Amino acid sequence: MMTRHGPLPAIDEETIDEETKRKLHDRLVREAQTAGLLDVAYRIIDSPVGSLLLAATTKGLVRLAYRCEDHEKVLERLARDLSPRILHAPARLDTAAKQLDEYFAGARHDFDLSVDWSLARGFRHLVLMRLRAIGYGQTVNYAAIAAAAGNPKAVRAVGTACATNPIPVVVPCHRVVRSDGSIGQYVGGVEVKRALLTMEGRRRTL
Amino acid sequence: MSATLPPFEEIVSTHGATVLRVCRAVLGPIDAEDAWSETFLAALRAYPTLRPGSNVKAWLVTIAHRKAIDQTRARARRPLLPVSSLPERAAPTEEHRWNGELWAAMQALPFKQRVAVAYHYVAGMPYAEVAALTGGSQDAARRAASDGIATLRKTYGEGSAR
Repeated sequence: MMTRHGPLPAIDEETIDEETKRKLHDRLVREAQTAGLLDVAYRIIDSPVGSLLLAATTKGLVRLAYRCEDHEKVLERLARDLSPRILHAPARLDTAAKQLDEYFAGARHDFDLSVDWSLARGFRHLVLMRLRAIGYGQTVNYAAIAAAAGNPKAVRAVGTACATNPIPVVVPCHRVVRSDGSIGQYVGGVEVKRALLTMEGRRRTL
Repeated sequence: MSATLPPFEEIVSTHGATVLRVCRAVLGPIDAEDAWSETFLAALRAYPTLRPGSNVKAWLVTIAHRKAIDQTRARARRPLLPVSSLPERAAPTEEHRWNGELWAAMQALPFKQRVAVAYHYVAGMPYAEVAALTGGSQDAARRAASDGIATLRKTYGEGSAR
């Protein structure tokens, strides 16, 4: 891209070491946070079901994305839908990361996190609120959720709400299955859904 | 060009190093990191209003230029101290790997020449963009950069030039 002008060796290609980059980035995050400019913070954590992207606004956890959703695309959509003021800022997600670790270790059955529902409006939001009430290891079918959300005919819309759940795992859409007992689809893939339900030791189908 | 702005993190990772080199070239190692931080914080503040598809590097260098002018003015107001009595500041971690002589030679250039060299040779901006930023004509920007380079060739020692 840049032409080599040659007269000044090293001036345009001086390497910036990783420590300097990290130090400057940390300072930017800190000052952005103080100035109220860190609209969306994110980090990526490892889990038994692959790497997970976590994103939080100042209100709380707003997005959790599986690798198969393409983390880069997810960040682009957050920039478009929420704010482009997005930085890799792990500290804001310390509590969420810790609770997810505990969940995947089998040591935690409920999440106690502030959530920002900005990405789920209207009926979808109602559905997600219902999902939060499904206990660890339980499963419920789509029709029951539709009824509980006040619209028994909206089974398909419940399916859509689950498929577009912005915060899977924490909002346990993996606990919603088909009426015939088959597992149904999942935003992270059917294998991941099966793995989560197996891990939770699925107790009964309502 | 996409119709939306990418996450700001992408702006930092794409342009962070270039902006730091520009800040070092214009302000020297001590003030460069402060200028970088101020530049990116100001950029983050204004970012949502940036038109998608804009020349982001030129935009950042424009902000850095204003910060450099501020810092240069502040520096001029600071009392001059003998080097030995300079307060202990966090030394840039990689100072030892810097081309210290070159940076020192840069600092000795007049401001106009220094910024022309920094924006054209370090940031890789065409003279038209440099002129738009520093004021004056494209020819004047070209002249300032080439005068700066000519001085650097003399002051920076031929032995270390490739």
